[in-house]
Amino acid sequence: MDVLKKIPVREQDAKVRATNFEEVCYGYNQEEAMEEAARCINCKNAKCINGCPVSINIPGFIKEVKEGNFEEAANVIAESSALPAVCGRVCPQESQCEGQCIRGIKGEPVSIGKLERFVADWSREHGFVPKAAEVKLGKKVAVVGSGPAGLTCAGDLAKMGYEVTIFEALHEPGGVLTYGIPEFRLPKESVVQTEIENVRKLGVRIETDVIIGKSVTIDELMDEEGYEAVFIGSGAGLPKFMGIPGENANGVFSANEYLTRNNLMKAFREDYDTPIVAGKKVAVVGGGNVAMDAARTALRLGAEVHIVYRRSEAELPARVEEVHHAQQEGVIFNLLTNPVEILTDENDWVKGIKVRKMELGEPDASGRRRPVEIDGSDYVMEVDTVIMSLGTSPNPLISSTTEGLETNKRQCIVAEPENGQTSRPGVFAGGDAVTGAATVILAMEAGKHGAKGIHEYLSQK
Amino acid sequence: MYKILKAEKLAEKIFLMDVEAPRVAKACQPGEFVIVKMDEKGERIPLTICDFNREKGTVTIVFQIVGASTYRMAELKAGDGFQDFVGPLGQPSEFVKEDLEEVKGRRYLFVAGGVGTAPVYPQVKWMKEHGIAVDVIVGAKNKELLILEDMMREVAGNLYITTDDGSYERKGMVTEVIQDLVENQGNHYDVCVAIGPMIMMKFVCKLTKELNLPTIVSMNPVMVDGTGMCGACRLTVGDEVKFACVDGPEFDGHLVNFDEAMKRQQMYKTEEGRAMLKAVEGDTHHGGCGNCN
Repeated sequence: MDVLKKIPVREQDAKVRATNFEEVCYGYNQEEAMEEAARCINCKNAKCINGCPVSINIPGFIKEVKEGNFEEAANVIAESSALPAVCGRVCPQESQCEGQCIRGIKGEPVSIGKLERFVADWSREHGFVPKAAEVKLGKKVAVVGSGPAGLTCAGDLAKMGYEVTIFEALHEPGGVLTYGIPEFRLPKESVVQTEIENVRKLGVRIETDVIIGKSVTIDELMDEEGYEAVFIGSGAGLPKFMGIPGENANGVFSANEYLTRNNLMKAFREDYDTPIVAGKKVAVVGGGNVAMDAARTALRLGAEVHIVYRRSEAELPARVEEVHHAQQEGVIFNLLTNPVEILTDENDWVKGIKVRKMELGEPDASGRRRPVEIDGSDYVMEVDTVIMSLGTSPNPLISSTTEGLETNKRQCIVAEPENGQTSRPGVFAGGDAVTGAATVILAMEAGKHGAKGIHEYLSQK
Repeated sequence: MYKILKAEKLAEKIFLMDVEAPRVAKACQPGEFVIVKMDEKGERIPLTICDFNREKGTVTIVFQIVGASTYRMAELKAGDGFQDFVGPLGQPSEFVKEDLEEVKGRRYLFVAGGVGTAPVYPQVKWMKEHGIAVDVIVGAKNKELLILEDMMREVAGNLYITTDDGSYERKGMVTEVIQDLVENQGNHYDVCVAIGPMIMMKFVCKLTKELNLPTIVSMNPVMVDGTGMCGACRLTVGDEVKFACVDGPEFDGHLVNFDEAMKRQQMYKTEEGRAMLKAVEGDTHHGGCGNCN
């Protein structure tokens, strides 16, 4: 065994998995996990913990894995995270915990993400149940949205003894974990539903089909329904479009629509009613994780899939692992390419996409080199489906129906990062609703801070 | 589970149901809509609100069988329930938010076509409750497909019914009635509210543009979540792209691009037709839908 290298993780063969929705990565078994855990040198000043937005005691749980005490390892993680099976799968570990790992200076870092996943999967398979609070404080808190921010905030508050209700607009809880991230990356039944069930076991109630701002307002929750504080974790769900000609043609979808049809409504399954236009030749516009998810979904539905991205591979905002997986599965990357028009047939169906070649110029405000159009380089890609994956922004439903709730010009709710306090007393917010589209783990961190802020607020009240 | 208290067949393929949904009943306003999902495998279906009872906590919906999910929904009876019933969604009709005196000062003409009679009803009822008598035109293909006649008669000022085949009351399209009221009878209207099939709304708008009569339409495009998340319901209104679910469903009919909206509505026709054939024929379905052999 080469101690400088990670124990490799088993995956479904790329050719096989490109045709099914089963999970790509199999994860470690006990032996592999213990062997990988042994690579951790248990640093006194563990930098990995600083790299973790929710500050999991990483060397602590890895030490338990190394010794085969998996239940104890689960307890260590549960102190900081309510969603380890999710985080072990979708966190960008390479830029967080693993990015700080001392082993990574000379060789590969410890595979912290895969170890977290192993512990979470082991505890699920062995019926490990988190402990509910023993004290009840008799105070009601409402949480808006059941995505990673809301679930984390609700879980933390329940552990402190608050009576927490989560209000979810869709018919299934989970937010982006349910409607956004596909089955092959984050299995819904075994992983997402189990972790939500664990949050319920902490005493959290989840009411689905309630749209805060429409079915009931924040003010009504506080004045009429007896909630003493509210945490808004409603995410960033509104899709962006490019504003180019032809964008309303049939066969043009937002990545949100495409993924929601498939993940939430299970359009990929014959026995569900919701339809999806699979497409024979699909262009996905964008280079983020959502673009990769949409591309790999279209691939599995049987299409030839192209990623169309205006910068080069180095600037792709998606995780390297996701880009590799997409490439292995056969997604074609058309980089330094930008759509200028969607071409349609006589029935208003997409028949192609006119694109322009780009080159990289000087760095822009984001620090990445700015893409510059090359004159006269336009050409047509023949496709029948276009999926726009250009990012999302927060839904104004809540801010527009809550008097005195301050938002910024991007429609994000203004909240203090350390405790989630908004401009309204008793109202806290965090996650994508505050920051704009970001990651699962950053939303969880904001949920934690919100829970802390609400606890401080209600303790003083 | 949202319990169905009443289920009634109004006409061929058209059904009315009273559903227990206290949160929706408490908050809803004319012009808004709900999304229902029958069971685990059903679609999320946007339906306009036909009536509501805040005390009883019930909402009345009317729907027509158009796809696999509505076909299965039609089989539900009183005592059954919907797995999901969420709302209210969209923006209330403009007059609900406006100064009442200003609304009272206007003459309204409501034009309902087919199942579109259902969303027109709560608006006309609101008018009656606020002491405003409005003219209402209801159009149907034939006498058998005319719905909610008695309910509408109770709340409308003048009610004009027309059928395409002349099997009941007037014969002809709703546009012919509008023309008759304005041109022959010399009625003046300040606002027209037209709700029905897209093709009807398109032709009503074409006429009212000529008559210089501002017209509001209620759009019913394909939707998934109904909260602004997917963008499936996008429309071109004037120079802007609007989402029917959060910006609408009601828009200035003279600015809506109906041709685009109608083409977009066709998008899932094949897929939905397929799912429906499967629902009807089950495992015996082998061909005939145009998609399989």
